[in-house]
Amino acid sequence: MNSDKIVDCKGLFCPMPVVGLNKAIKEIEMGQILEVLATDPASVPDFRAWTMRTGNELLESKEEKGVYKFFIRKTK
Amino acid sequence: MEEKKKKRMAIIASKGTLDMAYPPLVLASTAITMDVEVGIFFTLYGMDIVNKRKYGSLKVAPIANPAMPSPVPFPNILGVLPGMTAMGTMMMKGMIKKINWPTIPEFLKTCIDGGVRMIACSPTMEMTGVKKEDLVKGVEVAGAAEFLDFALEADISLFV
Repeated sequence: MNSDKIVDCKGLFCPMPVVGLNKAIKEIEMGQILEVLATDPASVPDFRAWTMRTGNELLESKEEKGVYKFFIRKTK
Repeated sequence: MEEKKKKRMAIIASKGTLDMAYPPLVLASTAITMDVEVGIFFTLYGMDIVNKRKYGSLKVAPIANPAMPSPVPFPNILGVLPGMTAMGTMMMKGMIKKINWPTIPEFLKTCIDGGVRMIACSPTMEMTGVKKEDLVKGVEVAGAAEFLDFALEADISLFV
């Protein structure tokens, strides 16, 4: 999946990946896709909850060799 | 989401140790990203978290804290020995650094910049000789009624 911006939160732990995600999503346009890389396993449920609560769209969430990759469409 | 009233979280921070300073700030910094209005009322020892002269040097004591991890088996009573609090604090700071967590002053700045209401308890200030100018910029001074007025409309209320 292609993204318009990538933010690297690897090595950071709760709540910093969410703080990083929130900062980065403010820097993209409505409808654009943000890609977030993280290693904190809590980011899987946290990003799901965060996108649901904020009205943004979690398009994809996957794990590759201990790195979680999220694609989030800015819809709010 | 349009005309809906914002969700709100009210926290009382009453502890001034390095470990217990984190939970209110972790929750507050997360809540503001979820468009939740947050107010933290700093009272008793919790006031140190917003005291410029103290917030950079909060400590944690091993004495009476049997849960504190130790590199070697360690009878808790030895926590009374001189230097044990400094050692415990150093260890905890090392643990915090390992997970790349911000320091308390950094976390506090994130919260204030994000619009968290910071309220310092007036009787605590009087009792401990803390002046308004000792507090981090942006902290207001108020009492229980003001906090309750904020908390009565809150969806989450926590005492830390």
